[in-house]
Amino acid sequence: MRPGWNAAGLIAAGIGGLALAFGLPHLVEVFVLVELTSYVVVAILALSLALVWGYAGILSFGQSVFFGIGGYAYALGVLNTGESTLPVVLGMVLPMIFAAVLGYFMFYARVSDIYLGVITLCVSLIAYNLVNSMSGTEYRIGAAPIGGHNGIPGVPPINVPGDAARALGFEDVFTLSMIVLVLVYLGLRALLASRFGRVVVSIRENELRAELLGYDARLCKLIVFVIGAGIAGIAGVLFVNWGSFIGPSVFSIMFSAQIIIWIMVGGLGTLAGAAAGAGLIQWLTTWLGVSMVADPNIVLGVIFIVLVVLVPKGLQPMLLERLAPLARRRNGNSGAP
Amino acid sequence: MDFAAVVVIQVLYAVASLALVAIGLAIIFGMMRVINFAHGEFLMLGGYAVVLPVHAGVNLWVAMLVIAPVTVGLFGVVVERLIIRPLYGRIVETVLATWGLSLLLIGLASAWIGYYQAGAAPPFGSVQIGFYREGVYTFFVIGITIVILGGVYFFLRHTRFGLIALGTMQNPGIAAALGVNVNRVYATTFGLGAALSGLAGAILAPISGVVPVIGVTYIAKAFITVIGGGASVLTGTIAASSLFGTVSQLMTFVSTPIIGEVALLVVAIVLLRLLPEGITGRFLRRGL
Repeated sequence: MRPGWNAAGLIAAGIGGLALAFGLPHLVEVFVLVELTSYVVVAILALSLALVWGYAGILSFGQSVFFGIGGYAYALGVLNTGESTLPVVLGMVLPMIFAAVLGYFMFYARVSDIYLGVITLCVSLIAYNLVNSMSGTEYRIGAAPIGGHNGIPGVPPINVPGDAARALGFEDVFTLSMIVLVLVYLGLRALLASRFGRVVVSIRENELRAELLGYDARLCKLIVFVIGAGIAGIAGVLFVNWGSFIGPSVFSIMFSAQIIIWIMVGGLGTLAGAAAGAGLIQWLTTWLGVSMVADPNIVLGVIFIVLVVLVPKGLQPMLLERLAPLARRRNGNSGAP
Repeated sequence: MDFAAVVVIQVLYAVASLALVAIGLAIIFGMMRVINFAHGEFLMLGGYAVVLPVHAGVNLWVAMLVIAPVTVGLFGVVVERLIIRPLYGRIVETVLATWGLSLLLIGLASAWIGYYQAGAAPPFGSVQIGFYREGVYTFFVIGITIVILGGVYFFLRHTRFGLIALGTMQNPGIAAALGVNVNRVYATTFGLGAALSGLAGAILAPISGVVPVIGVTYIAKAFITVIGGGASVLTGTIAASSLFGTVSQLMTFVSTPIIGEVALLVVAIVLLRLLPEGITGRFLRRGL
């Protein structure tokens, strides 16, 4: 069996995910469904960073940039054309192109991990300032104003390709997001189980050794970075569909920090954990925003520090470590893992 | 002619303020290889440490030059002890923990002080240059930045502790073998970096005002300057802030401050493609 490729588990995950995608809209209220959609969207975004940071070891602190570019590309595109097929493609391709250019400069310069993290963070900070400042009427793309700090309200949802009149409703957006989540998850599992995926992980473990074996670490990292940007872009497109709105706060440092926290909560080097961590933290911040118990920044900051200092591996690996002895005892093999 | 003078003054001011916000970060990074993501919030604390006492009736200069650096410096020592020291040698974890600290400080400041913009009037008034007026405080910022950089040079080159700190930076193992308490050197260095950040935040507070999220407006520039500068603390900061400050200020004249910032970032990324170790990774290597 190939490492990281548990066929039965993946089939179960796929079927379970699809069952939720089509079943839940019949079971829960629309209000709950809309909230769940936001968790699914952030889970997709979390998967993109789980790949880039968790498996390739690329410290991308600005994953929100690709999310934001994807969202803005879709919003501006669909407001101009009135039909969503091309904007959806743009929402995925434009972040990938941007990631390819930025990644070329960083990976081919072989800047160190920490420099890379700082540069990507600075890109998101400056993207925030840039978009935030474009509030005048002269900042427009075609018929659609960029809107600056006000963002772009009233973005039309995705429609059935070629038929602009048949747009998706709240239930459909949930179903679509859930399908995308399942596809991205299975796709990443397949990628990581492939030859390329294993080379990527080997580069994370020891870049010099991988290069001595003849693999081009720069190119591999660049490819992973671009794939991650595409996934983040798709998440951005779905995010706009969720709220029919996008604003510059998607580029903000708070949001970048949240993405990192999702991964930290779920566990670095996991996919399912990262997605679950994203949903958990998103639920927490939504709840804090509604209940006003405490400033979300304070809570997130404390969670962040505590995670780093006390639970550095994240929740999924910690749970697995706790559960593994139990499982072993039940199976009766107390030997080597 | 007058316009040229104003341009030169503004470029000098941009370079000086860049060096000012970066020097505390550069000292901590250069000495300890720690990137302090809460740097912006140290600047914010410095700003409040001057604005709040001034509103309580304290003399502006006392608040700016004494209270702010001392308060933030002591705070830095506490942070070093609680968060940085347990994570020594784990660069990524340190970054993440200080990022958490940054969020926490923003949250606490907005909860306690609120989002309104607090300020203190810049002293000195302004001077007339032909058709243009220029605040005297601008010249003060340029002057005090030169004094601070000179002070850092003197401290590192001509004091006992500075030399020990430089030695510890080059090889902590040998420094420890020679009887230096490396932990104490790190704690003091971090405290000094924090104090300089607090001072920088205090000096800029009369111009920019203070809000809980003010740090975010500084950190991108500060990070880029430190990374662009490379390994040498002082030479790197001066070289990088001269380059980036000039580029961003000239672009600001042509278009808007935001475009100036974008230009700064683009120049920095292209520069790092050519000089991955920063400017002092290739040039001026013997600088401090």
